[in-house]
Amino acid sequence: MPGSRLTPAPSGKALDRVWLAPKPVRMAIVRAQGLGKTYRVADKQPGLAGTLRHFVNRRERTIEAVRDVSFSIEPGEFVGFLGANGAGKTTTLKMLTGLIHPTSGTVEVAGCLPHRRQAAFLGQITLVMGQKQQLIWDLPPLDSLRVNAAVYGIPPAESRRRIAELAEMLELGDELRRPVRKLSLGQRMKAELLAALLHRPAVLFLDEPTLGLDVNAQARVRSFLADYNRRFGATVLLTSHYMADITALCPRVLLIHEGRLFYDGGLETLTQRLAPCREVRLELHEPMGADAFASYGEVEAIEGREVRLLIPRERLTEQVGRLLADLAVVDLSVSDPPIEDIIGRLFHQGALA
Amino acid sequence: MGRYLSTLRIFWIASLTAELEYQANFLIELVATAGNLVGSIFVLSLFYGRGQSLGGWSWEGAMVVLGVYTLLEGVTSTLLQPNLSTIVAHVRTGSLDFVLLKPIDSQFWLSARTVSPWGLPGIAMGAGLIGYAAWKAGATPAPLTLLAAALMLVASLLILYSLWFVLAASSIWFVKIWNATEVLRSVLVAGRFPVSAFPAGLRAFFTFIVPVAFLTTVPAEAILGRASGPWLLAGGAVAIASVVLSRWFWQFALRFYTSASS
Repeated sequence: MPGSRLTPAPSGKALDRVWLAPKPVRMAIVRAQGLGKTYRVADKQPGLAGTLRHFVNRRERTIEAVRDVSFSIEPGEFVGFLGANGAGKTTTLKMLTGLIHPTSGTVEVAGCLPHRRQAAFLGQITLVMGQKQQLIWDLPPLDSLRVNAAVYGIPPAESRRRIAELAEMLELGDELRRPVRKLSLGQRMKAELLAALLHRPAVLFLDEPTLGLDVNAQARVRSFLADYNRRFGATVLLTSHYMADITALCPRVLLIHEGRLFYDGGLETLTQRLAPCREVRLELHEPMGADAFASYGEVEAIEGREVRLLIPRERLTEQVGRLLADLAVVDLSVSDPPIEDIIGRLFHQGALA
Repeated sequence: MGRYLSTLRIFWIASLTAELEYQANFLIELVATAGNLVGSIFVLSLFYGRGQSLGGWSWEGAMVVLGVYTLLEGVTSTLLQPNLSTIVAHVRTGSLDFVLLKPIDSQFWLSARTVSPWGLPGIAMGAGLIGYAAWKAGATPAPLTLLAAALMLVASLLILYSLWFVLAASSIWFVKIWNATEVLRSVLVAGRFPVSAFPAGLRAFFTFIVPVAFLTTVPAEAILGRASGPWLLAGGAVAIASVVLSRWFWQFALRFYTSASS
C-alpha cells in the first residue's frame, strides 16, 4: 500500500488505521465462521432384543459432528485438512460444498452461500471423493466428459482444448477411450480428476483423492495437484490419510479433532507443537542402567548398549554436550520423530495432550 | 433452455451408444412386448367372447384403452424405469452428491439422464393398436379430436412420470424403495381396462387416489372423440398438479438428504 501512508489523516484514530494496516488486502475465498453440525441418530442396541426395543421405543441421540469451526482460506492456497476417521472432516467439506446445511454458523465460498446451490457457485467449485465416482461405469471417460461439458455449458472446441491440456498434465491418453470398468484404480482416479476439473473451478475440495492408490499413482496425483494449483492459481482444500500427501502439498494445515478445529497453521509448527522433544540415539561402550540417563532426558528404550532418549528441543545442544562429555559414547544421532508417527499416534490414541 | 436441450442430446447419445452394444436385448424385448400384448388381447377377448362388455365399452373401445396402456408401458421402459431406478443407487452409494453439485436442475438430471431403446417396440405397438382400434371403432380424425387426444396423452404421461418420481424420490428416506415401484407397476396394470369396468369403490380409488383413470381411460375417450369438457379440464389439472407436487416433493426430500456414509 504505497499510497496510503501519504493520505493526510483527519484524526489520530484514522491515522492509526492507516499505519496499522500492513496486511495485504485479499478477499478470503473460503470463510467459515462458528460452523457447527449436529446429527440426530437412532440409539439402537445390537441384537434382536435391541432391535425390538428400538422398534417399540425409539430413542435418539444428538451427535455434534462439527462444533464451532472457524477459518478462512485465501485464493491460491493449498490447505491440508487433517483428522481421524469421524473427526468431522467430511461433514465440514459437505457444508463447504453445500451438500448439507450447517446447524449453526455461516459459510461463504467464492462469495456465495453454498447451501443455496446457485449455478454461479456450483460453476466455481468441484468436489472429488476418493470413494465415490461420477464417471459412467460402462462408458469411456470421454463420454462422461462430454456430459459434463454440456452441463457446465462449455463449447465443444473449448472443452476439447481443456481435455487435451488436462490429459497431458495427468498423463492420460488412450485410457479416455476405454470403458471405465476396464481402467485401473489409478487411471480411474486421474480420469475422475479430469472430469472434476473440466469446468476450471476456482476452489477444489478433495476428499481422500489418493485413497487406495499404489505409491506411484499417489505420487503422480500429488504432482498433478501441485502443478494444477500453480498453473491455474486454484484454491485447494485436501483431506488425506496419507501424510505424504499433506507434507508434499500443504504449507498450511487445519487439524480437526472431535469436531473442533484444533490447529490452523504451518506444518512445521504443528510438528514442533505436537513433538516438543527430539529423539537422541546413543550407542555406548558398555551397557548402563536407566537411572544413569535420568538427568539428561526421558528414557524411551534401552537395548543393551543402545539407548534412545527424548530431549526437549530447547535443551538439546546442552544435553548432547553433556552426554558426550560424561559418558563413553561410540555413536550418537539426533532425529525428529516422523510427522506420520506423530499424527498417527495422535489419531490412534484419540486424545490430544 | 438451450443448455438443457444440448445436455439432453448428449445424455441420450451417450446412453444409446451404451445400450446398443447389446443388440440381442432388442429382439428379446420385441418378443416380450408382443407376447404381453397378445396375452392382454386374449384376456380381453374372454370378456367379450360371450357377448358381454366391459363397463359399457365396445370391443374396439377397450382395445384403444389397451393401446394407450401399451404405449405407457413403452414409455416407462424407455425413460421412467431406466432413470428413476437409479435414484436409489445414487442415494445408496452417495453419488447423488455429484448430481447435486452440477449447475443444472437435479430433477431434470435424474429424470432424463438416460434413455433405453428397449421400450420403443412397446411405444410403436401401442400407437399401432390405438390407430387400428380407433379406426375400427369409427372415430374420425377431426382436428379437435386429435388435439384433445394429444393433450390427454401428454397429461397421462406427466401424471405417470410424477407418480414414479415421487415414489423413487422417497428413497431418500427409505433406501430400499425399489419394491414399492413394483407395487406401483402392479396397480397401474389396472389401466389395461376401462375404469368403468371396476366396481364403484375401486373406480373411485383409481380416479382420486391413484389416478389410473387419467392414465388410460380419459385419453382413450379423447381418442374416440367422446371426451367431455369437464374430464378434459380435470385431466389437465391433475397433470399440472402432479408435476408441481413432484417438484415440491423433490425439494422437500433434498432438505432431508444428508448423503450416505462419509
